[in-house]
Amino acid sequence: MGALQLSQWQFGITTVYHFLFVPLTLGTVWLVAGFQTAYFRTGKVKYLQLTKFFGKLFLINFAMGVVTGIVQEFQFGMNWSDYSRFVGDVFGAPLAMEGLLAFFLESTFLGLWIFGWDRLPKGLHLATIWLAAAGTALSAYFILAANAFMQHPVGYEIDPETGRAVLNDIFAVLFQNTAWIAFFHTLAASFLVSGAGVAAVSAWMIMKNRQVDVFRPAAKLGAWVILVSAVLVSVSGDMDMKIMVDQQPMKVAAAEALYTTQENAPFSILSVGDLSGDTATTVIEIPGLLSWLATGTWDGPESTVQGINDLQAQYLAEFPQYGPEMNFVPYVPVTYWGFRLMIGLGMIAALYALIVLWAFRGGRTPKSRLFAVFNGFIVLFPLFGISAGWIFTEMGRQPWVVFGEQITADGVSPLLTTTEVWISLIGFTLLYGILAVIEVGLLLKYVRAGAPETVVEDPFAEAKKDDDKQLYFAY
Amino acid sequence: MELTTVWFALIAVLWIGYFILDGFDLGVGMLLPVIGKDDLSRRVMINSIATVWDGNEVWLLVAGGATFAAFPLWYATMFSGMYLALFLVLVGLILRGVAFEYRGKRDSATWRARWDWAIVVGSALPALLFGVAFGNIVSGMAIEPLAGTPATTDFAVDAGSLNYVGNLFNLLNPFSLLLGLMTLFIFMTHGAIYLALKTSGEVREASRKVALRVGLVAAVLAVAALLWAQAFSGRVAITLPLVLVAAVLWLGGLFMTMKGRDGWAFLLSAGTILLAVTALFVGLFPNVMPSNINEAYNLTVTNASSQSYTLTVMTIVAVVMTPIVLIYQGWTFWVFRKRISTSMIPPQPVSGRSDDRFANAQG
Repeated sequence: MGALQLSQWQFGITTVYHFLFVPLTLGTVWLVAGFQTAYFRTGKVKYLQLTKFFGKLFLINFAMGVVTGIVQEFQFGMNWSDYSRFVGDVFGAPLAMEGLLAFFLESTFLGLWIFGWDRLPKGLHLATIWLAAAGTALSAYFILAANAFMQHPVGYEIDPETGRAVLNDIFAVLFQNTAWIAFFHTLAASFLVSGAGVAAVSAWMIMKNRQVDVFRPAAKLGAWVILVSAVLVSVSGDMDMKIMVDQQPMKVAAAEALYTTQENAPFSILSVGDLSGDTATTVIEIPGLLSWLATGTWDGPESTVQGINDLQAQYLAEFPQYGPEMNFVPYVPVTYWGFRLMIGLGMIAALYALIVLWAFRGGRTPKSRLFAVFNGFIVLFPLFGISAGWIFTEMGRQPWVVFGEQITADGVSPLLTTTEVWISLIGFTLLYGILAVIEVGLLLKYVRAGAPETVVEDPFAEAKKDDDKQLYFAY
Repeated sequence: MELTTVWFALIAVLWIGYFILDGFDLGVGMLLPVIGKDDLSRRVMINSIATVWDGNEVWLLVAGGATFAAFPLWYATMFSGMYLALFLVLVGLILRGVAFEYRGKRDSATWRARWDWAIVVGSALPALLFGVAFGNIVSGMAIEPLAGTPATTDFAVDAGSLNYVGNLFNLLNPFSLLLGLMTLFIFMTHGAIYLALKTSGEVREASRKVALRVGLVAAVLAVAALLWAQAFSGRVAITLPLVLVAAVLWLGGLFMTMKGRDGWAFLLSAGTILLAVTALFVGLFPNVMPSNINEAYNLTVTNASSQSYTLTVMTIVAVVMTPIVLIYQGWTFWVFRKRISTSMIPPQPVSGRSDDRFANAQG
């Protein structure tokens, strides 16, 4: 493998890894803020216990998201310097804004939240977690706007002298539909994962007959968060599909391995055999479903979905600079299965939510071992569903790094050596592997520890009484 | 003033902010085994920076992002050229960040000792390597156009084809290593001075002693490195006086440490960093990454920058947001202004289910 392929693997591995922690952060911070608000408004101690319990799990996870995120910002320049040169005028702006508007907000106010229990009055302390939550969401928005530019570049022109992209409309970049729909979809999916986390952990505690009064409302809340998010994920995913068919029709075709342009295009639930040729053997197929997903019509001329072969021919004519041998088709087995895994794994989470609401209804507790095992692994389903979705999105854009403007092969750092990338690829993979084991170990430990039995209700007031008091919270 | 000059200055400000703020918490991290003789004093040290280190580190991320937005060709050439060095910086920052959060999460001396090493190594790597990186930037690097790049019509070099053609070992040249050692020792001293300001009792006493000792080593290194840097400075008439004033401030800081005036000592060491980094940037301007092969291959504020629309947009964002950030970040320092002592650290955690006090002490 050359520096290009190794850099692609490194970007893939580090990004998918980073995005295992980010969705949990994006959703859970709002749920923790919600618990703390419930405590603030009702004064019921169980909400404070839940705040502390899920807050601790959230922070164990947040640390991983932060440190793996630094790698992302550096990698554009390290491995993809020609990409950075080409798009920097446009792409750098949302990244810099993310730092200035979002990173400062989330890191500063999270620090205040973690250590401020006895330093800030209750209401102000509550405000810090809401501001931190706003910071995480803003951060997601800016990076998704930057990514949207790679999927569907807008608000720029190519400088005829340098051949590089130049920003001419920042609002187009920040607010194009590709950006806000991706944000909507990603945030909803993140809530789905966080809801699953809260529901599964709470269900486990209830089944262990521990702190049942505390965790019953949390299990129910988690299940409802899953259900509402599942609806929003579907709505936003549908919107995304309908703009994608205009903006990146090749990705839609690759999602179904649809080789020939057709009306009433079918959607296969399952297929066996070769997807890389034009003879995929489908096992279960729903006629017209792909057309409906992509265009909103089942049949007739309006339901036409362009096929891979026609698009390939069309791009060859449109982009002659890459030569007659250029392959504009993404790696179809990955896009095909990535798309199905994304939907399927998400649906399993929604099903799980219904089971939880049913099994725990009216104070009941399920005894089924099968459910207990399912419950133990449920978080992984939507989490891997998100990974599959992003792998589909990014690999479905290939061979482009900026759709229609730059191919990935032209974006790599020109003088990067394979030795250099091997060193960093192996280094990051080993380090990330070790940290994953440590992180999961800690999460399990602190789930088992349960919520604190007794909590100091107003640490700020107590600290005011006694100036030399021990810190309420310390590392 | 041209927008490119404004952004050069802003990026200098971001690096100065980063070095002053993260500088002290990198320093505290490196000094963990030196000043922290037992677990309790180490916890005092960690908790003195725990509330702010993450926000401090964001200055680095914003400096990186701002360079990307305002000078994409600088960002691209620098980050790809210093590939392995930055990989090591990233490993350091990852280890350090996780270590703060995870160190107290298991009740085991081995566990804590391992994370302590992660903090030391994770702090020392960036402290050293950022100095090395700046040494290379100001002294010039092997930058030239890629082979086979067609000359443009007016025989000027296409700045987009400029790349660093050396390797990691070329980056480890004597001047840059000296500058790296300088930042390492300056940050260590700055960290010790911060600890003297933020703690009380035995940790404070130990920190003052260490600050004086390490501070003298730092002074020697800094004078050598910064005088050597004058050889590369574009305007010695400004940068040499800046460096001399910086040296005076540094000695003043050490004097104030001796007198126990911790606040003044911290302000003076921060001021030293401010002037020293300013001198490096002033000496660099209008280059951002000079080439030591041919002056025509220099990356400058003009040929490496974004166009005026992007710079205007980013200027508006920076003008609105920077004061707000400074206000709330400053407020954080005010909220956690209290000195920390060993008696204020909650007891060691015990594993498993526990009451709130213990669960909290587990962090």
